[in-house]
Amino acid sequence: MEIPYTVEARPDTGLPNGKLGIWLFLASEVMLFGALFSSYILLRVGAVEWPHGELSVVLGTVNTIILIGSSVTMVMAWASLKMNNWGRHRLFLGLTLLLALVFLINKYFEYAEHLGKGEGPGHSTFLAIYFTLTGLHGLHIVGGMIVMAYFLGPGAKMWKTNPEQFANRIEYTGLYWHFVDLVWIFLFPVLYLL
Amino acid sequence: MDHPVSHATTHPHDAVHHEELGFWRKYIFSVDHKVIGIQYAITGLLFLLFGFTLMMIMRWQLAYPGQPIPLLGNWLGQANAPGGIMLPEFYNQLGAMHGTIMVFLGVVPLAVGGFGNFVMPLQIGAPDMAFPKLNMVSYWVYFLGGVAMLASFFVTGGAAQSGWTSYPPLADIAAMGQTVWLFGMVLLITSSLLGSVNFIVTIVQLRARGLSFMRLPFFVWAQLVTAFLLLLAFPPLEAAGVMQLMDRLAGTSFFLPSGLVVSGTAVAVAGGGNPLLWQHLFWFLAHPEVYVLILPAMGIVGEVIANNTRKPLWGYKVMVYSIIFLGFMSFIVWAHHMFMTGMGTTISAFFQTTTMIISIPSVIVLTAMLLSLWGASIRFTTPMLFALAFLPMFAIGGLTGLPLGLAPSDIHLHDTYYVIGHFHYVVAPGTIFALFAGVYYWFPKATGRKMNELLGKIHFYGSFVCMNVIFMPMFVQGLAGMNRRLYDGGVQYAHNQDVLHLHLWIGMAAWTMFLFQLPFIYNFFTSIKRGEKVGINPWEATTLEWSAPSPPPHGNFLTEPVVYRGPYEYSVPGAARDFTPQFEPEKA
Repeated sequence: MEIPYTVEARPDTGLPNGKLGIWLFLASEVMLFGALFSSYILLRVGAVEWPHGELSVVLGTVNTIILIGSSVTMVMAWASLKMNNWGRHRLFLGLTLLLALVFLINKYFEYAEHLGKGEGPGHSTFLAIYFTLTGLHGLHIVGGMIVMAYFLGPGAKMWKTNPEQFANRIEYTGLYWHFVDLVWIFLFPVLYLL
Repeated sequence: MDHPVSHATTHPHDAVHHEELGFWRKYIFSVDHKVIGIQYAITGLLFLLFGFTLMMIMRWQLAYPGQPIPLLGNWLGQANAPGGIMLPEFYNQLGAMHGTIMVFLGVVPLAVGGFGNFVMPLQIGAPDMAFPKLNMVSYWVYFLGGVAMLASFFVTGGAAQSGWTSYPPLADIAAMGQTVWLFGMVLLITSSLLGSVNFIVTIVQLRARGLSFMRLPFFVWAQLVTAFLLLLAFPPLEAAGVMQLMDRLAGTSFFLPSGLVVSGTAVAVAGGGNPLLWQHLFWFLAHPEVYVLILPAMGIVGEVIANNTRKPLWGYKVMVYSIIFLGFMSFIVWAHHMFMTGMGTTISAFFQTTTMIISIPSVIVLTAMLLSLWGASIRFTTPMLFALAFLPMFAIGGLTGLPLGLAPSDIHLHDTYYVIGHFHYVVAPGTIFALFAGVYYWFPKATGRKMNELLGKIHFYGSFVCMNVIFMPMFVQGLAGMNRRLYDGGVQYAHNQDVLHLHLWIGMAAWTMFLFQLPFIYNFFTSIKRGEKVGINPWEATTLEWSAPSPPPHGNFLTEPVVYRGPYEYSVPGAARDFTPQFEPEKA
């Protein structure tokens, strides 16, 4: 049995199943992070004082640039597939994975600095929401990395058997990755600058 | 609109392939939406029975406070009920878990996971769900969530005991069972999210040729709106669940205020948190959740009523627009659960206004179904009896909600048995009756056999009387001021004295109702093998699921289904029969 519209778009909706699926999933993700951002606002409005300058703006800026860069390489990885250039696709997907890893290493140094001073999530409301938001965002980065590693490794076989669906899957991965990037673009000013 | 649909041509091959699947792939780790639907339905029914059992034990304590529980008392363990007498902590566990199990493990899995999974793809003429493997994962994640909830009874300090709403600060400092509860909830939420994405994609993408949105059966519309509610309302509770886990495990104080004092001693917490934040996040989910409980029920009742009145649903389009509006509105009424928190009159005024507005679409749907009965020659089959009973039961539940939605009257009624009576009328004789209607109605499609009508009627009339004897007195108790969640039923309060004896009636009716579920259980299992054999369309219905074989094979339809007309063309003037199915071609 075959499910219709797994690869090609349904004519009247203009979408293959997976694309609609990933957009719906991202909608629910918006609600997940939206709830946490709302909590941030509520806690901050209710706080007597709110700490400033606890985080390294330099590291945050570097990480922002890294993630935006990884979004660009992600698009290139997909575009290369569409141009039928397998080698460049591998290169750019690998680069995206590498940038994601560098982001996490930076994040590790930031976390280590706080935890080293004995300032864990229980230290203050600010650090509580900081660790929760960036931790959840970090888990999303890890999730994205697992998917990319899959498409670099065992998942890459599909390019031989069903190139169109493989390109679709890279596109969906990209949509997810841009969303993770976008969340960080909100997180950076909210936690580091404001 | 001419879509190439590939599954029809490949079908004969699949029918053969299907037979080759082993037991495990066919019945346990199946990707077939019908098998998964039945898995959901049976698991959901078992959890309903389990949740009901918890309540029957609690009802003993309320009817006979401090007396040893008969039959089950010695099995509950010395830590919970020494000498068979229930401890207050154990009562709290039963209360919290009754609510959690009934809502998240019983009704929603049966209504959405069970009926949605089994019926919806058949009604839209799809070979399966859009993502069959994801569908299987949804079920197993739900199953793990259920296991976690059951396991929580056996951890130190027992299961969660802060109510199904898990309000902090109490829940933040409760015993370990609360942590297990939170992990269980995260699993159940994940399962719902995966399921809702799957449902929406399936309905939008896999409709058969000719099945435009306004030709969808009302049940499919109800599932579509429900899926959107699950998709968008559950993530905030997931966020809240993560925050409560952080509070409990990482020492944060999201929900713990500074200077918290418990039992006369100051608790060492970082502070700076806000307990109301949890309530906002919780009810942002849990109010749409109410509509998750009721919409699939409305969908089932719509199908059963159209079929048994042999008339089109009156005002189909208005019903569809109403439930879409209901879906939108359900996101901006949540704080009517929080009038007593001191959030201010301006906010209360806003939320009581939206609450009054949201009652309008519900009334429209109910009125449309009532008017559908007008002038009909009704077939009083078992599913129809349950569907008919749904109408007044849901009406009582809905109308008694109005005084709770208005801040002034809510001040008196808040947290009393009136509230319990109100929402149980919506969910128990409301939704659960609709679910029973669905079981009797679609049983022939799932098995090829009908359930026994006599046993069905005994089940119906017994349950109908008992349900009302259980829940009607609660309004009286609540109006008298009796609070909920009192482990002895409130014997020590003077204002409760005149209504205490009603606990006895409620208990008797609850235990009697259990006896009336026995014919159903017997009927359900014996009819699988020994029920009356029926053909493809035993109810002479019009929607697409009745064009597939009973039971439908993997892949559902033998030929590509094509839709030529709206969903409820019953008693069309001039037609040869009193039903004209969606799949019947126009005469040349």
